[in-house]
Amino acid sequence: MIEILSATPLSSVQDLGRDGYLRYGVGTSGAMDRVALAAGNILLGNADNCAAIEVPFFPYEVRFLEDIAFSLTGADAAAELDGRPIPPWWALQARQGQVLRLNPTERGARCYLALAGGINVPVVLGSRSTQLRGEFGGYRGRHLKQGDVLGAIRSVEGGEGFDRFPAAGFGVEPPEFVLPQGTLESIAQGTRTYVRVLPAAEYDCYEEASLESFWSKDWKITTQSDRYGYRLEGEALIPKRTLEQRSHGIVPGVIQVPPSGQPIIQLRDAQPSGGYPKIGTVIEADLWRLAQAELCTQLRFVKTTYDEAVSALDSVHDYLNKVRRLAELYKLSRR
Amino acid sequence: MTNTIQPAQSPRISLLGTTGLLFEPPGEMDIHTQRRIWWLARQVETWPCIKEAVPGMSNLMLVFSSPPRNLDSVETDLLTTWSGAEELHLEGRVVELPVIYGGEYGPHIADVIAHTGLTIDEIVRIHTEPLYTVFALGSHPGYCYLGGMDPRIATPRRKVPVRGLPGGAVSIGGSQTGVSASAGPSGWNTIGHTAMTFFDPQRTPPSLLAPGDMIRFRTERVIK
Repeated sequence: MIEILSATPLSSVQDLGRDGYLRYGVGTSGAMDRVALAAGNILLGNADNCAAIEVPFFPYEVRFLEDIAFSLTGADAAAELDGRPIPPWWALQARQGQVLRLNPTERGARCYLALAGGINVPVVLGSRSTQLRGEFGGYRGRHLKQGDVLGAIRSVEGGEGFDRFPAAGFGVEPPEFVLPQGTLESIAQGTRTYVRVLPAAEYDCYEEASLESFWSKDWKITTQSDRYGYRLEGEALIPKRTLEQRSHGIVPGVIQVPPSGQPIIQLRDAQPSGGYPKIGTVIEADLWRLAQAELCTQLRFVKTTYDEAVSALDSVHDYLNKVRRLAELYKLSRR
Repeated sequence: MTNTIQPAQSPRISLLGTTGLLFEPPGEMDIHTQRRIWWLARQVETWPCIKEAVPGMSNLMLVFSSPPRNLDSVETDLLTTWSGAEELHLEGRVVELPVIYGGEYGPHIADVIAHTGLTIDEIVRIHTEPLYTVFALGSHPGYCYLGGMDPRIATPRRKVPVRGLPGGAVSIGGSQTGVSASAGPSGWNTIGHTAMTFFDPQRTPPSLLAPGDMIRFRTERVIK
C-alpha cells in the first residue's frame, strides 16, 4: 500500500481505458500516455492494462506502507527514493516507510507510478480508469488527494513476492529515443512537439491559406489544456462557409475547430461525441507524444497517410514487445 | 480513402485517425434515417474488425478493434450493408421532464432570443411542444441526443465552449436539443434546467434512457 503525501492536484488512477460503453455516452478515459502506462506495467511483470497513478503536476510525494516493487515511466521527474535518485523509465523495490518524491519534470508532462500487481480499485464498467465527468471508476471517481491510501492487487492477495528486485532495479530506454517521429528535425529539448495527423471529414472545407498554416505554423498548447483536451492558439482556421455538423462519435486525437478558429484536440477525458467540424485526427501512435507535451510549448502537425499511421502503431507495439522481452530476460537472469 | 466531398447522394465515409471511421449517409436527420442507423449498428457491431458501433444523429461511428489493413473492403461492406438497411423499430417508454427555463438556469437563452427573434415564452412553448425521440446517447455518461426539435428555435453552437455547466442543463446546439446528465463543459446554448438522474454505473444498462425512448419537456417555471 502507498499513501499520497502531496496536495499537488489532478493525479488520478488510470488503466488503458474503458471500452464498449461509448453508446451510453461513456468516454474511454485511461492514461494520456498509454505507452508509458503499458511499459511501466510490463517492467513489473503486470498485464499491460493494470491501473497506475498518472501524475501531471509536481512535486509529488508518496510513502510506501509496505515492501513493494514499483515503476516510474513517462515524464522524467528526477525522482528520488528517500533522497536517492532514480533514473526515468525504471523499476525497483521499495521498502516499507520509504518516501518517493517526483520533482518538477525535466522532460515530459506526465509521470506514471505503477505498483507490482496493479493499483487495487474496483472495476467499473470494465475498467479501473477514473471517469471524472461521470464521477465513477478509479479511486472513488475522483482525483487523488493528500492522505489517500491505495493498495496493489498482489499485496492484497498475498501473491508472489518481488524480493528478487535488486536495490538498483532496472529500466528501459524511453520511447522518444527509440520510436521514429514524423519529422527529421532533431528532438529539441521541450520546445516543440511534432505529431502526425490524418485529415478528417471537414478538412476540405477550410480555406487554402488556413490549411497551409495548419501544417506549417506553430500551435501553442494553452494553459486551458488538460485530460479533456488541448486548446491550441495560432492563426485562426477559416472555413470556406459556416459549418454546422450533426452530432457524431469522436475519438481521442480528433482536432475540432470551433467557430473561433482556434483548434481543440480532444483527448482521453473528452466527450465521445461532438458536433464541431473536424480538420484532422492526431494518429493513435502519436497520442503519447501529445500527452508528454508541456503547457505553453509549441505543437506542429505533420500530414500522414492511413498506411503510415498503421505502421507507426506497429512500431509502438514493437517497442512495447522489446520492453516485454527485456523484462523477461531480466526475470530469467535473476533465477 | 475519402477526404474529398462526395456527391450528396452517396454516404460519406471519413477517417478518425486509425481508431475508427465515421459513416454519414445523406438525407434528413429524421426518425426514418435514424431507424436505419440503429439497424446498421446492430449488423456492423458483429464484424470482427469492429470494437463498437456508435450511433450519432443520423450517422454511425465505427471503432476498430485494431486498424484494418484493408480499409477499402470495410468501406465496401459498409456501403453494401447500408444499401439493404431496414428501419429498426425500437418501442421505448415516455419520460416527462419538468424544466425551469431562463434566469440563472438558462444563461444562454438571451442568445437564442437574439438569434431566433422570438420571445422567451415563444421559445419555451416551441421547445415543450414536441414528443422528442432519443436518437442516440453520447457526449457524456447518460446524455441523450433528441430528435424532433422545431427548427424555428435552432441556434448555432457557441463560438467557444463553456466550462463547468451544471448537470440537468437543457440546451440547444444547432438544430438539436438535449439535457446534460452531469456537470461539465459544453458548446451548446443552455436555456433551462431539470432535476433527473440519467446515469448509474452500477445499473445494467447504466443509462436511464435508451434509443427509441421518448422525452416530453414540461414547463415548471419560466424566469424572465
